[in-house]
Amino acid sequence: MFDSPPGTLPWYVAGPVIGLVVPTLVLIGRKRFGISSSFRHICAAGLPDSSRLKPAYLRYDWRGEGLWNLTFVLGILLGAVAAVALWGMPEPGRTLSEGTSATLARLGLTDFSGFVPSQLISWEALGTPVGWFFLVGGSFLVGFGARYADGCTSGHAITGLSTFRAPSLVAVLGFFAGGLLATHVVLPLVLPLLLR
Amino acid sequence: MKVGPYLGYLAVGAVLGAVFVQSEVASWYRIQEMFRFGSFHLFGIIGSAIVVSAASLALLRWWGRPIPQVTQPDPVRPRYALGGTVFGLGWGILGACPGPIYALLGMGITSMVVALLSALTGAWAYGLLQDRLPH
Repeated sequence: MFDSPPGTLPWYVAGPVIGLVVPTLVLIGRKRFGISSSFRHICAAGLPDSSRLKPAYLRYDWRGEGLWNLTFVLGILLGAVAAVALWGMPEPGRTLSEGTSATLARLGLTDFSGFVPSQLISWEALGTPVGWFFLVGGSFLVGFGARYADGCTSGHAITGLSTFRAPSLVAVLGFFAGGLLATHVVLPLVLPLLLR
Repeated sequence: MKVGPYLGYLAVGAVLGAVFVQSEVASWYRIQEMFRFGSFHLFGIIGSAIVVSAASLALLRWWGRPIPQVTQPDPVRPRYALGGTVFGLGWGILGACPGPIYALLGMGITSMVVALLSALTGAWAYGLLQDRLPH
């Protein structure tokens, strides 16, 4: 019941390491763990100040506020490069719980290889509405929602809940409400149509 | 600019990125499994991360280290529920929250460039619509 899937870094190692990121960032530079603010910093850095399409939300000193955060997310990317180089590409689809893989198969997923299902997330998928739904639509909601809620899983679920912030509890309840809605209502309607 | 702290942020990020890969939390499959209550794995990860973070921050406070905290009153506003639900919908569909988007890119899943660009477009759209949205 409390086992992690075979071949994965177990939860009782992965979770505590993630949890230790919070005090480590405090010790290094009194920074607050949060990842989705990097989206704001990248937009602020990328849009010229002269542009009429640059809203007030993106006009601030992104270097002063965000350079540490951009360095941090670059680290995430490089850490993933190293993990794959050292230990290879995991294939979670092979060790899914029976119930989950049976349901996904019923919804039309046939290929369980790779780190993510290539039927949904790949350049090939982007040639069809499937890729647009998952890679473009899903990601837009992630970026929009994270900034609207002023934080994502790192800022609200980990940092916010571990510092007992009520707004974070509300946001995390929203995360799970939205995720359950997507999983149990949206995907069963959309996947069979898209993968037909 | 002092370089030292930046090397620190880069290193901490790298550890986190490697954990996102090895624990498979960056995988669409595992996120689906979580939302289908098929495995304890992700609940264990998020839950133990919160406990370890809270405990270590308490320790830092006890040692008298200054902790960045919210000093002003911290009211619950509609934006947290509304934005949170929009984010959750995206999380359930894409199967990745913002950290894993960077990790997936690093893993060589190059189509995630489109996901990053679309997430940035979402953040930009929020900036444009901010004044018109309930907060």
